[in-house]
Amino acid sequence: MKRFGDLVAVDRIDFRVREGEVFGFLGPNGAGKTTTMKMIQCISPKSGGTLEVFGMDVDTHRRQIKSRLGVVPQENNLDPDFSAYRNLLVYARYFGIPKREAEQRAKDLLAFMQLEEKRDVLIDNLSGGMKRRLIIARALVNEPELLILDEPTIGLDPQARHLIWEKLRSLRAEGNTLVLTTHYLDEAERLCDRLVIMDHGKILVEGAPADLIREHAGVDVVEVERTEKVVARLEELGLNYDLAGDVVQVFTERPNDVARELLEVCRHEAAVTVRPATLEDVFLRLTGRSLRE
Amino acid sequence: MVEITGRVWSVWRRNWDAFLRTYRVNFIPPFVEPVLYLLALGFGLGTYIEAVDGIPYPVFIAPALVSISVMYSAFFECTYSSFVRMYYQKTFDAIIATPVGIDEVIAGEMLWGATRGMIYAALMLPVLIIFNVVAMPSSLLLIPFAFLAGLLFAGIAMCFTAITPSIDALNYPSFLFITPMFLFSGTFFPLDLLPEPIQYFALAALPLTHVVSVNRAITLAAFSPINLLNLAWIAAATVIFFVLAIRLMRRRLII
Repeated sequence: MKRFGDLVAVDRIDFRVREGEVFGFLGPNGAGKTTTMKMIQCISPKSGGTLEVFGMDVDTHRRQIKSRLGVVPQENNLDPDFSAYRNLLVYARYFGIPKREAEQRAKDLLAFMQLEEKRDVLIDNLSGGMKRRLIIARALVNEPELLILDEPTIGLDPQARHLIWEKLRSLRAEGNTLVLTTHYLDEAERLCDRLVIMDHGKILVEGAPADLIREHAGVDVVEVERTEKVVARLEELGLNYDLAGDVVQVFTERPNDVARELLEVCRHEAAVTVRPATLEDVFLRLTGRSLRE
Repeated sequence: MVEITGRVWSVWRRNWDAFLRTYRVNFIPPFVEPVLYLLALGFGLGTYIEAVDGIPYPVFIAPALVSISVMYSAFFECTYSSFVRMYYQKTFDAIIATPVGIDEVIAGEMLWGATRGMIYAALMLPVLIIFNVVAMPSSLLLIPFAFLAGLLFAGIAMCFTAITPSIDALNYPSFLFITPMFLFSGTFFPLDLLPEPIQYFALAALPLTHVVSVNRAITLAAFSPINLLNLAWIAAATVIFFVLAIRLMRRRLII
């Protein structure tokens, strides 16, 4: 639980992350994801409730917890006074890692994140994707047991995102535990073993992506242009449908039957699409379509 | 009260490393400044001034130049530079995600500010020796004392940094506090030329007054009991501002 004055940013949420899994926090802006991450990292004290990391209380064991965590913050806070390599060395020093060992790890991590060529380049001269990769490398410098990633691929192009996903999957394959926040739903679907969807400081649902899709959106989605006839026909058939702007979405387990019905109604004049349901459908159904500032 | 371990030095080292990376720029002011001031004020303007209390004018202002340089370097390090690291570079945020705590980050910044003051004093000393305006070997004491004085100004600076709404607002303490100190702390003319109330004000509220007084005793190799009072004032103020800065920074950064 976290309060800022009258605002309850995180409202009595309850979750448990298992060792070795990738656990995601999804939600619109202002849902309380980042605040939750900061409480886990022991840098923002909770206003109430209990929160344990590695079985230790976040209020009383801050240093012990922080020494075993790796953190990828939402905002880039690499040290602009240093090169990529020195950033890792300076950061290792904060963990009290001996120099020799730090140098070895820095080299290994630059190689792992495919940044060897940028070793002596100053931070300002790195691209957005490289900075993000370097931040992940930095978060790994203390060989953390738990890696916390707040929007790991925010603002990156598809190539850079795929590379980061690949690296995160290989970290998972090595048995690392990852907790991440994102509002890219494809990212969550690809990476997370389990996730929660948050809104207004509360957890709405929790589960594996595939289960959540089945439960809250069905197997398939039929989309068709919104006309009075279509809506009337759907009412007649007693089907569940959502209005999304000028499109009608039908979540169904019998997509072909529904599609056939709808094609008849609009006499093949409008396009009817059938696609598998995604996490995005679940997300929008649960958190609504109104814009968040 | 404050939670500080040896990890504070990892913060200090970060700034030391950054300082060394740009050492060429950083080493210019302590060499150039005393030369300019000594030539312009000491030997230029100073030719109209025979002596101050029997002391040749360049010799009179030499300890003030060191004091001012220590004040400037420590104060500006822990105002503008620390603010940039805290607010724009998010360096503090990055560090507190590690086992280093916020108290140690702020303490490390202030110790670094003090070190910077000490480095400047050490670099100025050879110039002053060449101009033959300081007594040796007593003037070697300028260097360790610069650390203490630097820590005082770093603490004061960090308090302002903790409460400033923006980097521009740091101009207020710079102009309204530092600049008057530069002029009215017994730097370029003896304090006792000022009206008595202002003398008392300077002794009570302008830390540089005490620093200049100690440094002048050091460079003239002429110590008096008043210097003990100066040192006590500096030590007490240093502790107060050091702790206060950490407390104010906690309030600002832990949300």
